[in-house]
Amino acid sequence: MTPDKKYWVEEPVPETPAPSEYPAPWKNTEVVGTRLPRIDAYERVSGTAVFPSDIVLPNMLYGAVLRSPHAHAQIKKIDAAAAEAMSGVQAILVPTSPEVRDVRWPLYRGADPVPLLSETCRFEGEPIAAVAAETPQQAADALRAIEIEYYVLPPVADERDALADGAPAVHDGGNRAGDPDRYQRGDVEAGFAAAEVVLERSYHMEYQIHAPMELHGCVAQWDGNRLTVWESLQGAFSIQEQYARILGLPLANVRVVNTYMGGGFGSKLQTSRASILACLLAKMTARPVKLFATREEAMLVTGNRPGVDIRLKAGVTKEGALTALEFSGLSSAGAFSEGGAGLNDWLVKDLYTCANVKCENLLVHINAGPCRPFRAPGHPQGAWALEQMMDDLAVAIGMDPIELRLKNVPAVSQVRGGQPYTTTGLKQCMVEGAEKFGWKIARKAPKADGHIRRGVGMGACLWIAGGGGPPSTIIVKMYSDGSVNLNMGASDLGTGTRTVMAMVVAEELGIDPAGIQVENADTGTTQFATSSGGSKTVPTESPAVREAAYNVKKQLLEMAADEHDLDIDDLMLTGGAVVSRSDPNAKFPVTELQGLRRRRVVVGIGYRGPNPEGKVVNPFAAQFCEVEVNTRTGEVRVLRFLGAHDSGRVLNRLTFDNQVFGGISMGIGYALTEGRVLDRGQTGKMVNANFHDYKIPTAMDVPADMSSVVVDLQDTECNTTGAKGVGEPVTIPTAAAVANAIYDAIGVRVPDGPITPGKILEVLAGQEKEA
Amino acid sequence: MPRKIDPKKEPDKGVTRRGFLGSVGAGAVAAATGVAHRAEAVPEITEPDEMVQVALRINGRTHRLLVEPRWTLLFVLRERLALTGTKVGCERGECGSCTVLIDGRTRYACMTLAVEAEGTEITTVEGLLDGEELGEVQQAFVMEDAFQCGYCTSGQVVAAEGLLRANPSPTLNDIRHGMSGNLCRCAAYVHIFKAVDHAAELKKGGRQ
Repeated sequence: MTPDKKYWVEEPVPETPAPSEYPAPWKNTEVVGTRLPRIDAYERVSGTAVFPSDIVLPNMLYGAVLRSPHAHAQIKKIDAAAAEAMSGVQAILVPTSPEVRDVRWPLYRGADPVPLLSETCRFEGEPIAAVAAETPQQAADALRAIEIEYYVLPPVADERDALADGAPAVHDGGNRAGDPDRYQRGDVEAGFAAAEVVLERSYHMEYQIHAPMELHGCVAQWDGNRLTVWESLQGAFSIQEQYARILGLPLANVRVVNTYMGGGFGSKLQTSRASILACLLAKMTARPVKLFATREEAMLVTGNRPGVDIRLKAGVTKEGALTALEFSGLSSAGAFSEGGAGLNDWLVKDLYTCANVKCENLLVHINAGPCRPFRAPGHPQGAWALEQMMDDLAVAIGMDPIELRLKNVPAVSQVRGGQPYTTTGLKQCMVEGAEKFGWKIARKAPKADGHIRRGVGMGACLWIAGGGGPPSTIIVKMYSDGSVNLNMGASDLGTGTRTVMAMVVAEELGIDPAGIQVENADTGTTQFATSSGGSKTVPTESPAVREAAYNVKKQLLEMAADEHDLDIDDLMLTGGAVVSRSDPNAKFPVTELQGLRRRRVVVGIGYRGPNPEGKVVNPFAAQFCEVEVNTRTGEVRVLRFLGAHDSGRVLNRLTFDNQVFGGISMGIGYALTEGRVLDRGQTGKMVNANFHDYKIPTAMDVPADMSSVVVDLQDTECNTTGAKGVGEPVTIPTAAAVANAIYDAIGVRVPDGPITPGKILEVLAGQEKEA
Repeated sequence: MPRKIDPKKEPDKGVTRRGFLGSVGAGAVAAATGVAHRAEAVPEITEPDEMVQVALRINGRTHRLLVEPRWTLLFVLRERLALTGTKVGCERGECGSCTVLIDGRTRYACMTLAVEAEGTEITTVEGLLDGEELGEVQQAFVMEDAFQCGYCTSGQVVAAEGLLRANPSPTLNDIRHGMSGNLCRCAAYVHIFKAVDHAAELKKGGRQ
């Protein structure tokens, strides 16, 4: 399966000019690498940050979407007459309305676009009609007044049922979403023959919902044929293109504003059918329309991490050399794919050295909401299988699980024809992480204290991307008083992008980052940037930011050299002044440079240059945890976690650690509590589409004892800041590490995630029976 | 239950709830809001877009406005008064994004009708500022980086404020319990624990 590239530009990118000059890697840094509170923290803690869902415009209407209550149905009849006559209702769209009839919603590559409003409902939550009214309550009333008759069809709600004889067909032509994706290197049969231990296991993982705290939606406003959309997104520009394409508008007529946004995790790399409906309703009424999903709608329709069924066979020698890996996976993107299905086998193919690998992935359709890319698509699923298998292999040959992994650390990407990594800290993550965690002592400590059993486990990973790349265009301006503006297109998802980029500017210009004004993620005022996803925002943007600041600096130094007849190579910029290295008394405040005084601004432009040819830039990680299992209730308490991450140079240690702990917490949810539950075999409807029944981790569920170990191998090849991504690797090995710790505690596997108390009690009961 | 309004305490109040309800008679009040017992004639049904007047005390200021009885405090704060610091996350009392203080205690604004909140002192995240200066909890959240995207943060800050007012010296376990009604999908929990602890010290004049 091809990598999911929703957050990349699809083709190679020669269009941005190559960087004019590469600044040398930093040696000692003053600002970069420190623990700096965010420069926009005030707005976020005071309530003054305006998120898209906070926008309130004069004369604004509220939109709402009528969605299929059935997992699979055909509409017989729609009657909106009563709704149209209701108080406050200003516009209604049904599938046959002329305004929407010809509008198509584009799907993931290759698939035919579908109507925006559909008379065929292939998943619970598929949009059928939309309303704009004076208040959201009136809009909701109007939805209830729309009369619909359905032919309710039998649904297929589980990928394991999709190919059964007589399974309901989600689409004409059956439930196979294309041919299986196959990969092979070496000869697995020979590999298994050469193995001294061969294990074969089945694993299952449930569908995880992104559930960002800010709901998906927008405020849409037209000014003639110019559209402005404030939307909660991970990138303004790719969505500007999406709007322009769907609505048939020039890019210049679409402005997308996304300065703040309340979390995405991959679900906001695209707009949604509801947001396009908001634009149409706004056009019809000539008034702004606000349309945000309810939490239930968001759970149903704004994406998920596909669940998987994996069969994994592995061979190893007694010395711990992997001889063969054979993977077969079954997964579903839902009724349609909106990206993010696949890559379940990437870790099997590339994390450990193994000459003989064979993988097969089959994707099927079911009557459920489309998947979307979710924080490291495919990787946590693959890690769930591979990292549990590695532990089982280690037990089988009587070796420590870390030692077994260390014997199989590759220096090259085997899937990419043996291209070397610019740096790989996989080994250091495991060794230094284990050291800081106290692995050897914890592993040997007694397991049982009455009915409470204790265990420790670990998991390792890489992330397929995380190196970033072109394009990016950044503008840094110095005003006449020496203060600085940074103009960039990238969104800040809460990862601290704005702060980190201000730190890069501050480092280069020798100023205080807190004083830098940052404007970002607005297609009307900033330059094209790819969406924030793929753990690539820092490695993509920071080199371009650095170059833009460097170009400001260069101009200031040239001005000083020119105006005061100095040798430019002897000059540096610090504390708002150009200073001579050889003569500390020769100091010229930038505000007194004639060039700046007259021109009133110095503008530096930076472009992202290409990544090194023939090399791969990936981040690596290993995570370690300790758990307690109550063998009477099946409850698991995670006592502590440690994440050791090679993400290159860490630009802000405070926000970096925050992401490490956040990703670990999300992984704990994936391991123990999260999972979409569909009414399999009956209605197919989701029975836990709310936060009460779909359990994301709370303050009670995550350990307070979390630590972060930074492995920085000083990558001077990946880019000019030496940074690699971190947002995704932080959640890849987590669930597997928890599973391994539970196994260490109770001595029996729960391969079917999430590991709920009921499943633990079940395997413990089975174990007693065997004994 | 909202406390009974004492007109003497609020001399600037133009229309009292009791007087207003009496004057408009049947058909004006939602039966299920918990205020109905104060009306002289209890009507069965209110038409959706019939409005009632309320006076809401928010961050020390009285706002008089017409609301539908079914409007939540959350909706009125955000969409009618543009106090958008209070966030919407689930509208069913499960996530805590809309946490406010009502008479000093943490409450979900999505589970509180605007008409119910009359006669109470409502404090939102904006009300924890002293002019433009951040309050102690807000300062601690900045210093400990106790958030990522910042969307749930208003609710977290207000929940922490409510916790510390009730329990000025919470243990780690108290903090986890006290903050457990507020979800954070970025999961900045570890930093939130530190920030609440830090804020407790700031409130006592300790650690800067």
